[in-house]
Amino acid sequence: MVKLEINGKSREFDVAGDMPLLWVLRDEAHMMGTKFGCGMALCGACTVHVDGEATRSCVLPVSAVAGKTITTIEGVSATPAGKAAQQAWIAAEVVQCGYCQSGQIMSAAALLAKNKQPSDADIDDAMSGNICRCGTYTRIREAIKDAAKSPLLKGA
Amino acid sequence: MNAPFDPASIGQSRRGFLKIAAAAGGGLMVGFWSLPGEAFAATAANTAVAPADLNAFIAIGADDTITLTMPKVEMGQGTYTSIPMLIAEELEVDMDKIALRHAPPDAKVYGAPFGDQFTGGSTSIRLMWEPMRQTGAAARMVLIQAAADQWKVAPDSCHAEHGEVVHAASGRRIKYGQLVQAAARLPVPGKIALKDPKDFKLIGKPLKRLDAKGKTDGTALFGIDTVVPGMKVAVVAASPVVGGRLKSVKDAKARKLRGVRNVVKLDNAVAVVADNYWYAKQGLAALEITWDDGRYAKLSTDDVRTIMLDALKKPGKVARNDGDALKAIAADNKRVEAVYINPMLAHATMEPMNCTVHYNAKEGSAEIWVGTQVPARARDDAAKVLGLAPEKVTLHNHLVGGGFGRRLYTDYVVQAAALAKQVKGPLKVVWSREEDIQHDLVRGLYAHSVSASLDAKGMPVAFSHKIAGPSNLATFAPSFLQNGLDTDNVEGSDTFSYDIPNMRVEYTREDGPVPSGFWRGVGPTRNMAVLEGFIDELAEKTGRDPLAYRLAMLDKQPRAAHVLKVAAQRAGWGGKLPARSGRGIALMRAWGTYLAQVVDVGVNDDGEVAVKRVVCVVDCGHVVNPDTVAAQIQSGINYGLTAGLFGAITFKDGRVEQSNFHDYRILRMSEAPVIEVEIVRSTEAPGGIGEPGTAGVGAALANAVFAATGKRVREMPLRPELLKKA
Repeated sequence: MVKLEINGKSREFDVAGDMPLLWVLRDEAHMMGTKFGCGMALCGACTVHVDGEATRSCVLPVSAVAGKTITTIEGVSATPAGKAAQQAWIAAEVVQCGYCQSGQIMSAAALLAKNKQPSDADIDDAMSGNICRCGTYTRIREAIKDAAKSPLLKGA
Repeated sequence: MNAPFDPASIGQSRRGFLKIAAAAGGGLMVGFWSLPGEAFAATAANTAVAPADLNAFIAIGADDTITLTMPKVEMGQGTYTSIPMLIAEELEVDMDKIALRHAPPDAKVYGAPFGDQFTGGSTSIRLMWEPMRQTGAAARMVLIQAAADQWKVAPDSCHAEHGEVVHAASGRRIKYGQLVQAAARLPVPGKIALKDPKDFKLIGKPLKRLDAKGKTDGTALFGIDTVVPGMKVAVVAASPVVGGRLKSVKDAKARKLRGVRNVVKLDNAVAVVADNYWYAKQGLAALEITWDDGRYAKLSTDDVRTIMLDALKKPGKVARNDGDALKAIAADNKRVEAVYINPMLAHATMEPMNCTVHYNAKEGSAEIWVGTQVPARARDDAAKVLGLAPEKVTLHNHLVGGGFGRRLYTDYVVQAAALAKQVKGPLKVVWSREEDIQHDLVRGLYAHSVSASLDAKGMPVAFSHKIAGPSNLATFAPSFLQNGLDTDNVEGSDTFSYDIPNMRVEYTREDGPVPSGFWRGVGPTRNMAVLEGFIDELAEKTGRDPLAYRLAMLDKQPRAAHVLKVAAQRAGWGGKLPARSGRGIALMRAWGTYLAQVVDVGVNDDGEVAVKRVVCVVDCGHVVNPDTVAAQIQSGINYGLTAGLFGAITFKDGRVEQSNFHDYRILRMSEAPVIEVEIVRSTEAPGGIGEPGTAGVGAALANAVFAATGKRVREMPLRPELLKKA
């Protein structure tokens, strides 16, 4: 049994310890917002927060996150940076097919939580692990800069 | 010559008609579809139909709920916003009052006007522009008529707004919901009055996407997100070699692993069924599989290239033949000639191929959950494998996590059905990324030869373009061949905009050994990469500026000339650039759209190319949602740049050499250029927008690299080792 804290709730799973967190979320918890893209931490579709850090869940054994705080796209709106990112994403009309956007928002939220004034280089660093096949990068960049100005991030 | 899915090419053979009927619970339904001409003639527009037969596009309930059924699949292109805009504009309802549902598989109803339910070819707005507005207008007209009847006033003294009919003179107003029962009994109006474009409230405005929220909070459901009670998950390995077969499998080790439930074999594949993806993946890795590689065991990319170059020498179908280009070129001993190659490419959609099937042997039925660009084909093809009649198969379509042509094919649906047939209960088949890259229906390899004869001023008087490669149209929709010609393969070349008196375009079909398919931008992407590169070569040959050279041949093409001029001006064409920096330009005309792109690059001493900026000016006629147009152009450019910078699927020993995003690279945030899009205001018929950005950008990129390095690239992708500083 592995005990996890996901989006503020404690849950237990009877799974192999080497099973990546991604598959615990998707196939055991049936939380489908976190996506499978590559299985090798190359595309970022599976990004979640582990103790606030953007982490690729597809290569992260579930045993390694027992007792840590996990936030997924389903719960990120409870954080000021997550909420600000989601709002900015809608305002900038970022999404297209939308499949990668959970991961994009999770990476952006982790960036914004630490860096309230991200430069273009900061955005490149934080976001280059997330592939968008629809090529929405122009708007993702715009949305992150917009989110940084959100009142939600003031004093957060 | 018309492009394969051009509205003009199907307009004569099929006619659309509207139907109005009562919905269960007293609502109003309005539907539109088309039938072949003869069937249309035999069908009166007002014949009574059972509500079940009428899968309406618009359903208005007595409680004022408005439900629109989306005939096109949403894969990111914004169709779930722009098609509702067309209906809402004429129906006079607010966008936020509309609920959407995916169309069920029904080619007759939702396949208009082809009788084939597909989303692709940049056709949605071009084909839906008239019928969707007519459907909305017909509904508005019967609602107004119903109100006028009730008030005993003339219909033309009433108007509709915000889901109500208003009689301005008396100040009376009534909600649609209260009118639907009466309206459903009215005949279809004889003449549908469409709004004057100057009165448009929605069309032409940058409205917000209706699918944005679910795609930002994790609630949007794709096929891969299907969860059905009792479902197992399968991970599959198909023969790594084209046409290979499964010889034998040792599965004792796999069957002992945690969570593994079954090992299921097909002719050319094996799958491990388990409680979840991870257990299935571990199980698959533990199998000892022996393949019979078959005749392509030694196949290499060079083999495919040779096959296509050989085909280039064989006669094909002539798509365009103005004057006598071959004679003029043969007679010119200073003729300019080149061979270009378009490489094989993977679609690499972010959502890997997947499909969930529940085959119920006892009841002789099945249920499918999938994301597909072709719902009716998917259902029918699965039914065939399952040995069921199509009506015994229910298909639930989903949002598509990237289509780009890949999900026009049903191979992954058929495979899932064949596996599910051997398993009790629902089975979700999910391809690993490696499986997805290595079993794509790739954009085929195409070989092109181009030649031209120039006059004393260096302008082409004769131009020949010969194409050899697979025919996707012949395998996907043979009825769209025009006198045997695959019009997709010559698209963009047959409408080459430049004024050249002798012009010849010829295509020789050679499918080659590698299964291939439509890939974003289809024919025009391949043809523009060649033609706009070669035009640049001709300009260079004669010492002319690439922009001025193009404009000199565009006197008769004002729309093409305009986009080129505006793009060049905006990009600062002619300005001085630093060493090893370059600016390239390209023109594209296809899908009823004109587009010019200017690409700025910098090439470092190691030959690595950075794309700094892309300026794109697009004239796609009447614009429904300008923000969607801009988004699609940005998207198409990044898709095309990915191909130009990195894209190649290669074969060695019959196997695809690439496997995941480390060796099949996709443009990333740090590599993505600044993109500036300018849309030309136009009242011309709407052009396609999903693919034009991809077509043309490859040539502009290669031309920019030439400007920066003096090296002409005729086979993409760019190879740093060939672009190093000397």
